[in-house]
Amino acid sequence: MTDATFLEYVVFFAAAVMILGGAIGVVIFKSPVHAALGLVLTLFGVAVQFVALEAHFLAAVQVIVYAGAIVVLFLFVIMLLGVDESIDLSIEPIPIQRPLAAVMGVGLIGLIAAAVVRSRDALVINPGTGLDVAGENAGHDANIQQLAANLYGDHVFAFELTSVLLIVAVVGTVLLTRKWSKADSDASAERVDS
Amino acid sequence: MRVSLLALDPLLEGPLLWTPLIIVVIKVLAIFVIGLVATMFMVWYERKVVSGMQNRIGPNKTGPFGILQTLADGIKSFFKEDLLPTRADRVVFRLAPFLAFVPAFLIWSVIPLGGDFSTNSDGTVNDGTVVWFGEVTYVQLADPPIGILLVLALSSIAVYGIMLAGWSSGSKYPLLGSVRASAQMISYEAALGLSLAAVLLSSGTLSTIGIVQTQNSFVDWNFISTGIVPFVIFIIAVTAELNRPPFDLVEAEQELVGGYNTEYSGIRFALFFLSEFMSVVTMSAVMVTLFLGGPQPLTIAGVDIFAFLGALGGTVWFVLKLFLFLYMFVWFRATLPRLRYDQLMDLGWKVLIPISFGWFLLLAALREFSPDGDALDSTRVVLISLAVAGVATALFATALRVSARNRQQSDQNGVTT
Repeated sequence: MTDATFLEYVVFFAAAVMILGGAIGVVIFKSPVHAALGLVLTLFGVAVQFVALEAHFLAAVQVIVYAGAIVVLFLFVIMLLGVDESIDLSIEPIPIQRPLAAVMGVGLIGLIAAAVVRSRDALVINPGTGLDVAGENAGHDANIQQLAANLYGDHVFAFELTSVLLIVAVVGTVLLTRKWSKADSDASAERVDS
Repeated sequence: MRVSLLALDPLLEGPLLWTPLIIVVIKVLAIFVIGLVATMFMVWYERKVVSGMQNRIGPNKTGPFGILQTLADGIKSFFKEDLLPTRADRVVFRLAPFLAFVPAFLIWSVIPLGGDFSTNSDGTVNDGTVVWFGEVTYVQLADPPIGILLVLALSSIAVYGIMLAGWSSGSKYPLLGSVRASAQMISYEAALGLSLAAVLLSSGTLSTIGIVQTQNSFVDWNFISTGIVPFVIFIIAVTAELNRPPFDLVEAEQELVGGYNTEYSGIRFALFFLSEFMSVVTMSAVMVTLFLGGPQPLTIAGVDIFAFLGALGGTVWFVLKLFLFLYMFVWFRATLPRLRYDQLMDLGWKVLIPISFGWFLLLAALREFSPDGDALDSTRVVLISLAVAGVATALFATALRVSARNRQQSDQNGVTT
């Protein structure tokens, strides 16, 4: 947007610092709990950017789902397993992964930079126009109404298929983590043999 | 319009006006003071009511009826030594109380504390605006587009405070307490969200102002218009979310010394204490807003008995309804024994979530297939829903039975799962 006000710049850069600071923290912190907290900071920064783009609902979902559920789950696992004390991070199980990660990172930066450079001349998109939300004139609930029409109208099959995928994943996880008793595992082994 | 309602141009695009700015500053200060005073009051109120229920006297030395006891305790905690355990994670240990305290406070910002929601002669409902110093404004700090979702977001952030407090103490009892607390809060958030969805379905908006606006007569109050079930589930889920008795096994003294805040002392402990009681008040306010019509008056034969107070009438109604819930929480504490951990999880996952989900689907079906509340249509929808619910319950019960049998079998085979 060309007519961004001073305060919009302040919000943008503050959130950008949050995002980058959190992301760097995730990589360099030694303790997994601190790294998870860095991730939370990044997610909050992204939520702030969403609000600045008038995507209020997305921001709320970002905080509720990612910060409120997923990272809490990460922390849960870290705390319950006590990973922070028992694992020496300097030992590398797969030696190639660090150089590979560096290559991937540089490649990603290149791609994003190319996308930004190319899109400089593209059409200026006002905040929220992708969802037909007409700024101040739209009602309070324009965001969710648009999203609902999109999700449950235009993309209902994709949505339902995603939910099937999630169910399959949950059932698979339950099956994988289950401890089979001796008799059961013998029976299943026979079934595999035959 | 929106800008003037928020009482301040957030992006400073227009000229900065003094009146809106002063109104916002006054609102922020008022919310801060109300929050702290209400919390102090709640601590005293709980002690006094519980002692009454147990035939004791309770605090009675400091001030009239001992009402200044909390203030005295608060000041004392400022001057106490602030201990930092040797094995604690210094940064996170210091951060955790604020992570618990700030979300509890911020919920106040979306609660309509009063205002004019009366019905006009042409049937429209006023949107709760009042005129202060010539500016049109809400009796509410902010009206973000996500409205009530902010409450959900903040309550899910509040988990961090408790979780990190337990972990960073570097001691096992706080860790156990915090793991219990976070598991409990995450489990009951699902039931909380589903019963909230029933309210949103009935009100059709996320904004707290809009939710209050749609409850403009007693039968429209959401606890009636959604059918009592979501209201009851919401109360149970909130009680668990707040770690209040009978769901207070987070702080079960007999098992855990004191729960996640065992290692805290001085002002940091006071912050946890404050945030717990403030959450009780704010979540009661949320329930008033969602289910009991917020500042809407309870009219008897069309007469609002606090109408003579004018614009303050709404606030009086709000406070009266708030007291209903505050007393309820204290009553729970004084009467109900604590649940066991497996009972707590069973109640949350196997009872509350299925019921609230089924009820939500029923409400949605009623709205879709009987939009004008026609008796025949409604009966048909309810009958079909009951049949579907019966099949679903039977399947669910079978699944539970099969898993119970499997567990038993594997126990017999000597494999612990």
